Formats: sequence, structure tokens, C-alpha cells
Amino acid sequence: MRDLTDSLVITHPHTERQVIEVKHLTKAYKGRIVVDDLSFNVATGESVALWGPNGAGKTTVIRCILGLISHQGHITVAGFDTKRDSTAARSLIGYVPQEPALYGALTINETLALSCRLRNLSLDLVSETADLLNLAEPGRKRVADLSGGMRQRLAIGISLLADPLILLLDEPTSSLDLDTQRQTAALLQSLKRPGRAFVLTSHRVQEVEMLTDHVIALDAGRKVGECTSKAFTSTWGIQSWLNVTLPPHQAAPAQTRLEAAGYQSQQYGRGVLLQVSAKEKADALTFLHNARFDVLDFEVWR
Amino acid sequence: MTIRIVSFTGSNRTPPRNYPPVVIASKVIQEARRDWWFWTYAGGFALLAAAITVTATQHRTLTSSGGFGRALASLIALVQLVITLMSLTLGARQLSSERESKTLVFLLTHPVSRTQVLLGTFAGHVAAMSASVLLGFGVAGVFSALRGNPIDPGLLLRLTALSCLLVAATVAIGVLVSTLVQRGSAALGVAISVWFCMVFLGDLGLMGATVATQLPTETLFAAALLNPVEAFRLATVISLEGSLDALGPAGTYAVDTFGRGVAALAILVLGLWTAVPLALSVQVFQRRDQA
Repeated sequence: MRDLTDSLVITHPHTERQVIEVKHLTKAYKGRIVVDDLSFNVATGESVALWGPNGAGKTTVIRCILGLISHQGHITVAGFDTKRDSTAARSLIGYVPQEPALYGALTINETLALSCRLRNLSLDLVSETADLLNLAEPGRKRVADLSGGMRQRLAIGISLLADPLILLLDEPTSSLDLDTQRQTAALLQSLKRPGRAFVLTSHRVQEVEMLTDHVIALDAGRKVGECTSKAFTSTWGIQSWLNVTLPPHQAAPAQTRLEAAGYQSQQYGRGVLLQVSAKEKADALTFLHNARFDVLDFEVWR
Repeated sequence: MTIRIVSFTGSNRTPPRNYPPVVIASKVIQEARRDWWFWTYAGGFALLAAAITVTATQHRTLTSSGGFGRALASLIALVQLVITLMSLTLGARQLSSERESKTLVFLLTHPVSRTQVLLGTFAGHVAAMSASVLLGFGVAGVFSALRGNPIDPGLLLRLTALSCLLVAATVAIGVLVSTLVQRGSAALGVAISVWFCMVFLGDLGLMGATVATQLPTETLFAAALLNPVEAFRLATVISLEGSLDALGPAGTYAVDTFGRGVAALAILVLGLWTAVPLALSVQVFQRRDQA
């Protein structure tokens, strides 16, 4: 496969350090701001996590980088403005979505071939990629008949066909079962190489620590913190996080009651986020229930 | 399940040069070949074409015109009704259903422009629908030959070519619908309404307006040209029959004014009905968020 890094450094000297530059990115849907004046950079070879709860704006940022949606602010990928030169920018990006949307009527081999043709790559890569990702045997299977894990592997294979300078991973394991999550995370870790930048969106602490060097925490579309992934848990004081979704009007009183009961908590997303030890998770939920708060959903992050 | 840890290493290969709209068109054709709806449409059209040919050749002694003349006239009507409906709905379904199933994001995350995606989708549908027309008319030709009264292959080829122009115009209108309407079911509803207006209301509306307001002949002719289905009828009747007498005063006016050039004028109208909706679709598709 082509190694684009060297040629890019020659043709775009400014991109030697920053391969993605996001400046004052703002996106609103029907008047509701989902990304608010966000700025960050990703250097060549750097792995960055956009971390935060559902609705924090992580996926919207990825869509803006890919040029799929309009936005205010300025994004460049290896010096290419994503508004003016989105096709050139995308030629340097491999993208793995949360839930791969592929053509169900096509087979694995046909899907890989389609992607090769769209990128002007040799069709030799079809068998090579299928072989490397253990997809050669079911190569003639239609995508509609694949399991979620196999689809995700296929999506990863597609993202790697052009040996991209940048990999955008949008919650790549969130729709998978636990076993496949671990295997996919290991696969993604193996794809790190010098010169290739990773941008991962996730709300899973383990994944963030395993795959990235740098963490940008988002909440309600705003950057609320930034640290190295090694300092991630200590910076944010994480033991385990219990993210409890409540009706909007209950978030503030619930947080007050939790604080009064000795829990470290904050209003976060559409509810409260509280720091708990493994044994305290059920206690905290029971406390909220007994205090007549309507727990709509909850999630444990570690 | 085990996953081997992979390492992609560089190797020098001369990349092929593919033109993205052609790649996307091939993908659309590949999908159409496996689409139950497409084969239902295509099979239905072929079956109707065969039935019309058999019926028309069977009763040729009961009419003043020749059996194959009746067959061709019926095939023109069949194209106006069925092919127009197929092209409009397939065109309208494509982008909106791709948007709903998120496969549009798959295409748009590749280094291709939105214009290329749209043109590729359009070209793929026109090719698939043209193959369907060819199949239907091929069946009609074979059946007419088997009945001992073969349709002139030259006439059949001309009808096929003009039908493909109508396919291009109606697929373009369908694609425009799919760029304007976000939901697939809504796009399908709009496409069927457009078909109804073009095929039934267009014809009846013109007749009604003529009776009610005594429209001048030239206005009637101009109004007929505004409808791609009517333009197709003008082009086919003049090309296959050599006159437009069958179309009444507007036909006579057209031949008197434009002579044989009326076919070229009708074809130009079909071309405009292809180019203008496509250009509008590109504009809308480029401006709207696609994820």
C-alpha cells in the first residue's frame, strides 16, 4: 500500500506537526448548538480521544472533519481545508463508524472492491485485506448475512485499504458484545504505527487508555478538559463513573441530594455523573430511587 | 473467533484510474441485479409487452391499421405508464433509502465528490432501467415474430432509444425528489404523485383546458411539450409513423410549423427534462447535510 506520510510532508510542510487542525468549530441543528467553539489539534502520529457522554458532540466533530455536514469554523486535514478540498482531505482518512452502514446486497469481496475502486487502489488489496482480517473464507458472503463483529472488521478493513495517514474511529466497539469489543480493541491497537494519527471517540475509559495518548473531554459540545491518557484517570479522579440519566428538571436536585449523602457527583449530559467504587454502584441507584428520582437509564464507565 | 494481529506494510503498485461515477453506476447496477423490486418491475413490463404484442397481432383483421401498428401504439402507451412509474420511483427511492440506511455515508466518506455520487447513482439507474426496456421490447419483438407478424426491428430500436431518453428524464426527476425529500416513504409518495400528474392529469388537464378555454393550438402544443411524457409521445409518433395526425390539431400544427424537426424539438425537451432536474439535484445535494 502507499505510504502517504512522506509525500505529504514534502508537499505540505505545515502538516509535519499538525495533521488535523480544528479551529472554533461550531455546529447547530435547528438552533440547538451541539458543538460549541471547539478547537484542538492532532499531530502526525498522535492518538487523540474525544471523550464524553452521549450527546457531547463527539460524532458531530467526526462528521465535520469528514465534510459530511456543514459547520462554522475552520478544519484542515494535512493542510487541506475540509470545506474547499474535502475530497483531498478524505483521501487521507480511514473511517470506522459506530455501526457500519454497508450495502447488504454486496458480498465482503465486492464491498472491499468497491472501496478500492473509489480510492483508485489495486484490486489485489481485496484478497490481501480479507486475508489479514480473517475475512477471506466468508468473502463471498453477503454483508446482510454477517454478524456485528464481522461487519465491524470489514469496516476496519475498508478504512485501512489506502493505508491512511489518519484513522477516525467513531465509537468503534460500542455496538459489539463484550468479547468482540476486546478483540476489536486489540485489533485497533495493532494498527497504530509511526506517522499515523488516530482520533477515537469513546466514553469507555479502558479503550481511551489503551488506544490513545491524549484525551479531550467534551460535554454538551464544549471542551471541558484535556490531559494525557496516562493522567486521564487521576486528572478526572476516576474510580468508576456512574452516568445516570434523569428527567432534565431532576438533575440539579438529584446532584444536591447525592452531594449531601456524601457522593462525589456533578451534573453531566442529561443527568448526573457520580464517582463510585465498584461496590457502591447499586447503593447509589437505590438511593436515587428511594429519594423518588426517576432513573431513566444508567451506564458504568471505566 | 480469533483475530490475527495485522500489520499493513507499504508496497508499490500502480493504482488503476477509475472514474467514480462509473464505479458508483456499476454498484447501482450490481444492486439492481439482486433487487427483488427491480426484477418484479422488469418482469412485469416484459410480461405486459408480450401480452400486448400477442393481443395486437391476434386482432389485426378487426382494425384498419396493421397489427404491428397497433402493437407499437400499445407499447408506447405501456412505456408512458409503466416505465415512467418504474423510473420515477426507483430514482426517488435511491438516495433517500441510502440516506436512511446510512450507506450514503459509506460513499461520502470516500474521496469522491457529491456531484460524482449523484451522477453515478443517476447513470446506474438509467442503465438498469434501459436494460429493462430492452428486455421488454426484445420479448415483444420475439413474440411478434413467433406470431408470424414481426415488428420492424428498426422501428423497435427507435422506440427503445426514445424510451431510454424518457427513462433518463424521469430518473432525473426521481433523483431530484430524493434530494428534496429526506424520508424514503415520503419520496416514494411524491414520486407517485408526480407520475400521476404527468401521465393522467397532464393529458386530461390539457384536454379539459382546451375544451373549457378554447386554447389556441400553438399554446396547446407548447403546453404538451412541458410534460416529458407528452414530449416522448410526440417524438415516438412522428419518428415511427411519420405524421402527427393521430394527435389532433396540436399534432397538425406541430408538423405544419416544425415539419420533421418536431422530433428533434421533442428530444431536446426530453434532454432539458434530464439536465435541469439533475443540475437542481446537484445544487440541493451539495448544500444539505448528509449525515
